[in-house]
Amino acid sequence: MTHASLLHRITDYANRANPYPLYEELRKTPVLHEEEDGPYVVSSYYDILGLLHDPRVSSDATNLTAAGADELSGPEATGLPPSFIRLDPPEHDRLRRIANSSFGPPHRPDRIDSMSGELSGIITELVDGFGDARQIDVVDQFAYPFPVTVICRLLGVPREDEPRFRAWVDPIVAALDPETRQRTDDDFQRAAQEARMQLGMYLAGLVEQRTKEPRDDLLSDLAASHGADGTMSMMEVLSTAVLLLIAGHETTVNLITNGMLTLLRHPEYLHRLREDPGLSVRIVEELLRYEPPVQLVPQRTCVADIDLRGVTIPKGSRIWLMLAAGNRDPERFRDPDRFDPDREDIEHLGFGSGIHICFGAPLARREAQLALAELTRRLDNPRLVEDPPPYRKNAVLRGPRHLNIAIDSVRS
Amino acid sequence: MPAEAFHEWLRREGRIVIVGASLAGLRAAETLRAEGFAGPLTMIGDEPYEPYDRPPLSKAALLGMASPDHTELPRRRDIDATWRLGVAAAGLDMAARRVRLADGEEVPYDRLLIATGVHARPWPKEDEAQLDGVFVLRTRDDAVRLHRRMKGPPRRVLIIGAGFTGSEIASACRNQGIAVTVAERAGAPLVGALGGVIGAVAAELHRENGVDLRTGVMVTGLEGDVTGRVRAAHLSDGSVVETDVVVVSLGATRNTDWLEGSGLGAGPRGIACDAGCRAFDFRGIVTDDIYVAGDVARSPHPLFGYQFLSLEHWGNAVAQAEVAAHNMISAGADRRPHMWVPAFWSSQFGVNIKSVGVPSMGEEVMITQGSLTERRFVGVYGYQGRVIAAVSFDNTRWLEFYQRLIETGAPFPVEFTTVDRRPEGRKPVPADFPDPSLPTHGPTVTLSGYSPADRQLVFTPARH
Repeated sequence: MTHASLLHRITDYANRANPYPLYEELRKTPVLHEEEDGPYVVSSYYDILGLLHDPRVSSDATNLTAAGADELSGPEATGLPPSFIRLDPPEHDRLRRIANSSFGPPHRPDRIDSMSGELSGIITELVDGFGDARQIDVVDQFAYPFPVTVICRLLGVPREDEPRFRAWVDPIVAALDPETRQRTDDDFQRAAQEARMQLGMYLAGLVEQRTKEPRDDLLSDLAASHGADGTMSMMEVLSTAVLLLIAGHETTVNLITNGMLTLLRHPEYLHRLREDPGLSVRIVEELLRYEPPVQLVPQRTCVADIDLRGVTIPKGSRIWLMLAAGNRDPERFRDPDRFDPDREDIEHLGFGSGIHICFGAPLARREAQLALAELTRRLDNPRLVEDPPPYRKNAVLRGPRHLNIAIDSVRS
Repeated sequence: MPAEAFHEWLRREGRIVIVGASLAGLRAAETLRAEGFAGPLTMIGDEPYEPYDRPPLSKAALLGMASPDHTELPRRRDIDATWRLGVAAAGLDMAARRVRLADGEEVPYDRLLIATGVHARPWPKEDEAQLDGVFVLRTRDDAVRLHRRMKGPPRRVLIIGAGFTGSEIASACRNQGIAVTVAERAGAPLVGALGGVIGAVAAELHRENGVDLRTGVMVTGLEGDVTGRVRAAHLSDGSVVETDVVVVSLGATRNTDWLEGSGLGAGPRGIACDAGCRAFDFRGIVTDDIYVAGDVARSPHPLFGYQFLSLEHWGNAVAQAEVAAHNMISAGADRRPHMWVPAFWSSQFGVNIKSVGVPSMGEEVMITQGSLTERRFVGVYGYQGRVIAAVSFDNTRWLEFYQRLIETGAPFPVEFTTVDRRPEGRKPVPADFPDPSLPTHGPTVTLSGYSPADRQLVFTPARH
């Protein structure tokens, strides 16, 4: 091969701002296997959907053969057991079910709905905080603090501790990035494991507090769930809390930022959204297809040989599911590279599918809908200061690191 | 007129009549308009209501979570139709292309779609069926009446038949703390649809939720008091159940009576049609102007040996209506076959049950994921070395995978490893369907093709 492998080009930071041409190239080899111990990369919509529902595909890294072994897994390494996102049934089902009983239907069908007022309040506060600035960074001043505040309130984590857990979250999230993982040595992985344990210990303190004095938050609910029926152990509570804390904001920040960026690149929708805040529902769905915050799922492995498009993916192989490539698969979506919130057919892979479908999807949707509608309403004449903006390093959780926009004023 | 010109004319100003104003009829009408049909469209329905959704009637509505008279179907688009509601179709003149209505009026058509569905099989003894407190559950009116009585609350509800509807009603009763007895002729609930292995799990669900489940018994008679209210039921084992509400859940009968003598291939098992939804006449010759869709249709399915299947499935009604509507206004080469893979779902005792394929064709079943004892599992049915169906209890999200196995004729038994595969699932066991020559409540899926056993399936009302 004369040039860098396609996969390396995709994870290469240089292509972060617009990886979509590479995804298009990727789809020409629907099951790509470039290096002997490298992953099998799947990029077509229907193949990804099929594998997300395939019980031969496991999320448990211990099923990997030695060649692809995943340093981030084992309980010995981290001190914390894997969270349900890295587990298979029946453990996955049990933990997710318990977590869901304090978050969604049938037990708490109104949890997200009833938060709308609170979400709007947080948004208003942040936008008011822009003051009379003529330029703002959407990421630092809004898209990051908003979901962090929300997930802190939901879980019951003190907002003022954000700088403390930020120091632990960053290395954990960085370790999700395949390029970092390929490049760096064991020290880096150890740092991530160490951070995860530190974060777990920090949360353990809060959980202990909530066990004594329960409040109306998720930590209290999770703490109460490890009881006589042995449903969730203390360690499982901590793993779940770590997962919810991180997943609860690291993705939404990108959804909101990608959303503003996309709207500024498609001003007709910015105007329409200003006229009709209800359009935010369709806009967010199309965003999840067009610029999904989670670009790929690199954490799957197969427990049996899988035949796909004439390729046999051998048992024990690592599989990457390229959600963002599937979302722009012309076999599935008409005119897939067009941002078109009016499209009727919009069943995207932005939240994945199958048993691991995004746990926080209802919250993420609501946050992004309210945020985009309100930013659009209150920012007078917003323009991009640079296009493309600088991106975060991560190829998995992709989004701008900063989104500087110029405005004429902040409306009241 | 050449075919092409004819279809152009048909799309522009042909007259289309749809008999049956429920899910299939509505979706067909919407598809016709979506595909550019501009002619006059008439919707005929025997109920006085615009199309409504039925699944909630035995679930949310009985739980009081939805009002039974507010389950309208969401509209995909305006269909600009003439509605003839509250009047049944009473006859069909195929030669003159006219539908006769119960009020004597006649409606001419160039294309006719029949989507008349099914009605609940009533309690066979008419005088007993008239007793106050004896219900069936199929229509909105049924649901309103039953819902009102459930709020009473009744001292005890007796449900005759433990198919899906009967089980869902039992679940709704228990959810509201109402005492309930379920009488089922087979050895377990859901046996006709899912077989005895899975039926045994359903039986546990009933009993653990406090249902007084009686299996292997028939209700031989209902007894009223002096005021004409039901007060007791007599069972074939000699026992008596004191009850003030009886729900007859003995399956459904296809609405084809009105077609008697029309010359159409219509009978108690539905209206036979080809894979493109064109109805057959009674000589087995395909018509080109009469189409059928939904519960009332019987069409050959290539995945299942071209047997004529009639399916009482929500999804089937939608898919078949779309195909029928498309084909009605399309010339030969543009027509599409209806190749929907049967799928249905139920919700009872807090468990989501879903199935794909045709479980009742299965000879053997194996649990490929989860465990029967935990009541969270996927069961796969095999027929002559192929995967023919799958059922899940609280495991719905995996079923797409099994549907693909069915569609591709994957081998059975299933040999490959899956996540959550337990020792109990490594060997197939007989699926344990009852002898089809014995009458039961009738499976939700009725196989009625070339199968001598199936042709024996006759409902025999219980007698003293």
